[in-house]
Amino acid sequence: MKRSNEPIFWSLFGAGGMLAALIGPALVFITGIAVPFGLFFKPDTMSYAHMLAFSQSWAGKIFVLAVIALFLWHAAHRIHILLHDFGVHAVTAVRVLCYGGAFAGTVIAAYTLLMIKA
Amino acid sequence: MADTEKIIEIQVLRYRPEQDKEPVLQSYKVPFTDDMSVLQGLQYIKDYLDETVSFRWSCRMAICGSCGMMIDGKPKLSCKTFLREYYPQGLRVEALAHMPIERDLIVSVEDFVTKLESIKPYIIPKEPRTLEQGEYLQTPQQRDMYEQFSSCINCMLCYAACPQYGLNPKFTGPGVLALLHRYNADSRDGGQAERLGLGYADEGFWGCTAVGYCSEVCPKGVDPANAINQNKMNSAINYFTRFVTPGGADK
Repeated sequence: MKRSNEPIFWSLFGAGGMLAALIGPALVFITGIAVPFGLFFKPDTMSYAHMLAFSQSWAGKIFVLAVIALFLWHAAHRIHILLHDFGVHAVTAVRVLCYGGAFAGTVIAAYTLLMIKA
Repeated sequence: MADTEKIIEIQVLRYRPEQDKEPVLQSYKVPFTDDMSVLQGLQYIKDYLDETVSFRWSCRMAICGSCGMMIDGKPKLSCKTFLREYYPQGLRVEALAHMPIERDLIVSVEDFVTKLESIKPYIIPKEPRTLEQGEYLQTPQQRDMYEQFSSCINCMLCYAACPQYGLNPKFTGPGVLALLHRYNADSRDGGQAERLGLGYADEGFWGCTAVGYCSEVCPKGVDPANAINQNKMNSAINYFTRFVTPGGADK
C-alpha cells in the first residue's frame, strides 16, 4: 500500500500539542493574568520596548515563531480531523482551509519577525 | 428460585433478505431471572417465541467472540451483558454497526477476515530453529510488550465502535492494527517489515483519528488506540529517517 504523507502534518500537530501543553497555560497566565494585574512581574514587562527587544534577538524570534506556527499547525490538524469525524467530507477544501491557514500564518509570522531589525 | 418471574421487552432488529426490503424492529416479551444474559434472552426467543430469529453464538463465556451485537446502541458481547441492567425499560438489540447484515443479527465478517489475513497474524520466526535447538525463549519483560494485545478474540466490537471504519471501510481498523502490533512487538518475530507497509499507509495507522472508543468497548481489555498511537510515532520516525537509513527509501 502507498505510504501516507500524514506524518508531516501529524509531526507538526504533535510538536504543537507538546508545546501547547508545556507552555500554553503558563503563557496565558503570564500574558493574560499576571502582567495585567501586576502580579509577580513589573507592570512594564510587556511594554512595546520590552517586546521589541525580545523579538530582536534570534532566540526571541525562534520562540515567537515556534509558539505561533506550531500552535497554528496543531489547531489546523485538530479542526481538520474534527470536521472529518463530524462527517464533513469536502476533503480537499477542508485541507486547503486548515493547513493553508496554518501555512499562511507561519509565513506571515516568519516574515514579520525577520523584518524586525536589531 | 424464590425469584418472582419478571418480564422484559426485547426489541430485535430483523432482516430477512427474502421478505424485508430493509431491517425492521420486532418486539418480544421475555421472562427472565437476574442471572440471565442478553444472549440467553435471545435463546429464549428462539426456543419458545420465534424460531426464525437468527444470531451467532458459541461459547457463552466471552472467549469465542461470536455474539457481538449493538445493545441499546452500544457494541457489546451479548453473553457478557445482563438483561437485569435493562429492566424495567427494556432493550434493543441490533446487528453490529458498520458491517453488512446477512440476516437478522448476523453480519458479514468477510472484510474483517480479509484484513486480518493481510497482516499475517502469526509469528514469522526471526531465525529458523530446529527441534534440537529448543524453544524460542522470552523474558517476562519481552512478553509484556505484546501480551495485552494478544487477548483479542476477533469479536469486531471495535469495528462497530470505530467512526473512521464507519466513514471509510478501507481503513484497516482497530482490531487488526492492534494484532499487527501484537506480532510486531513480539521478540520472537521477524516479520515487521512485511507488516509495516500496510501500517504506514493512509488505510493503516494514519486512518485513525484517536477517538479511542475502540478501547472502551473491547470486552477483553485490549487497547487498540494505544497500539495505533505507538505505531504512529514509529511510522513518523521512519518517514523522516528512511532517507538516511541504508535501504530505508525502498520501504
